[in-house]
Amino acid sequence: MSPENKRAIQHADYEQIVRLVPEGSKVLDLGCGDGRLLRMLMESKNVRGRGVDIDEENVVECIRKGLSVFQGDLDEGLADYQEGSYDYVILNRTLQVVYRPDYVIKEMLRVGRKAIVSFPNFGHWRVRLDLMLTGLMPVTRMLPFEWYNTPNIHLLTIKDFKRFCMLNGIDILDEVSLVHSRRVSGRRHKLFPNLLAEEGIFVIAPRKI
Amino acid sequence: MDSVGIVETRYFRFAETPDEIVLESGKRLGPVTVAYETYGELDGDRSNAVLIAHALSGDAHAAGRHHPEDGHPGWWDNMIGPGKAFDTDRYFVVCSNFVGGCKGSTGPGSINPATGRPYGLDFPMITVSDMVKVQKALIDHLGIERLLSVAGGSLGGMQALEWSLAYPESVGSVIPIASTSRLSARAIAFNEVGRNAITSDPNWKGGDYYGGSAPARGLAVARMVGHITYLSDEGMGMKFGRRLQDKEAYGYDFSTDFAVESYLKYQGDKFVERFDANSYLYITKAMDYFDIEGRYGSLVGAFSRIRAKFLVVSFSTDWLFPSYQSKEIVKALMANDRDVSYCEIRSLYGHDAFLLETEQQTKLISSFLNNV
Repeated sequence: MSPENKRAIQHADYEQIVRLVPEGSKVLDLGCGDGRLLRMLMESKNVRGRGVDIDEENVVECIRKGLSVFQGDLDEGLADYQEGSYDYVILNRTLQVVYRPDYVIKEMLRVGRKAIVSFPNFGHWRVRLDLMLTGLMPVTRMLPFEWYNTPNIHLLTIKDFKRFCMLNGIDILDEVSLVHSRRVSGRRHKLFPNLLAEEGIFVIAPRKI
Repeated sequence: MDSVGIVETRYFRFAETPDEIVLESGKRLGPVTVAYETYGELDGDRSNAVLIAHALSGDAHAAGRHHPEDGHPGWWDNMIGPGKAFDTDRYFVVCSNFVGGCKGSTGPGSINPATGRPYGLDFPMITVSDMVKVQKALIDHLGIERLLSVAGGSLGGMQALEWSLAYPESVGSVIPIASTSRLSARAIAFNEVGRNAITSDPNWKGGDYYGGSAPARGLAVARMVGHITYLSDEGMGMKFGRRLQDKEAYGYDFSTDFAVESYLKYQGDKFVERFDANSYLYITKAMDYFDIEGRYGSLVGAFSRIRAKFLVVSFSTDWLFPSYQSKEIVKALMANDRDVSYCEIRSLYGHDAFLLETEQQTKLISSFLNNV
């Protein structure tokens, strides 16, 4: 596979997130990495965006790309952000690495009117099979680490996430299943997302009373 | 890397009687001389000017050399020059010695026109806002309506912040590095120790020592204390550890044993050759008085007036102006929905890092300025 192809597939999930964000929104990208998603959002959706990342090199790269970025720890919280100050707060493939996912999601929905959360699905059949057959912690394309060196400290399934939303008064406005970072939308995937999706993307908002 | 080459300090004199400037304290000062240097070319529409503000012991000589054999390039020569962070092929860079200083601009060592003798303690108290007011006069004199950027480390960063508040229309972007919106009690305490060292030197004589022996011991001790606050524990451990200076064993007397003692003594002695003790008193006081929250009620309220884009930089081991102080600035700007980026550079150099961490600062500043 050519490097271009590989990169295209790695970031096919970005396209799905870009698709979900309306034109001209104000976006906060938590764990923004090298800023590629924000850059795409600015270029194709004309968003006003800001990124947050803990890593110095990522922050330098974001500034090189002309982005506004804050070097900080998500677990420190979003306390200094005003309520409803963003249209969308994005947490892309980062939920499973924070210390307090529940706190981070609640803060996202305080600061943003809506939030977009994506995470690798630990309920995928390959993960389940791997654990059953080998008895070892699964190492997959989405979760390519050993138990002792993984940054993914809060693994979850799509079903876990839906249950969390239900119990915490959070509405799921949209849901996208990904395999190989590409969107899948067949009947099977609609019926069994927790078994068939490698990754889930959710658009969520506080439940309207 | 290229240098800006041979440069020259120039002087701008203004605020002649009766048009003295009115200082924040209400006192008047004039005439005022400003020592400054410029590097690079001002472009046709005068839109590429970058003002560099120096720190406590800096001066107008920020880059280049004064003559071909000059062993000491300007204090930020690693950052200012062709292809450097402040790229003189693109930007017109200005640096001036602040008022109250002793490097060519009017300060307590200058002649008081009222008496024909050096001001000494008759020099009025100056503040960061007075420093900036004088810089604004220089910038106007150079025919620059709007600065592309104002940048500086430490006290220089405080001046940069003050620019964005005092002249929001005249500043496109601001780069405060290793700086703060107000000094902590600890930082004020260290300044006070330095001032006490000077004022308890018998040669100080109430500030009236010009023409006689300067309070060199006091100033050297002040500088030694200062230097400790500029370094980190890790950095000092790495640079000196418990290494002995030119000896194999303890001397069991009060001569110099440790390398760190020798370093501080050297820094202190070197400093008194180039710095005026009264200036040290005035400038540290100006730092202590600087307090954006105090003046505007709150940081968030203060920054509601600013227009500039910000790049705020701190260093992981800076305990004099720690990262949390930079973050307070950034968060107050974000609360106002201003365009701000923040980066904490990992470094062992403590507060001094803004003079030493060339590579990462260059990446940050050159790309930031590129997008202003």
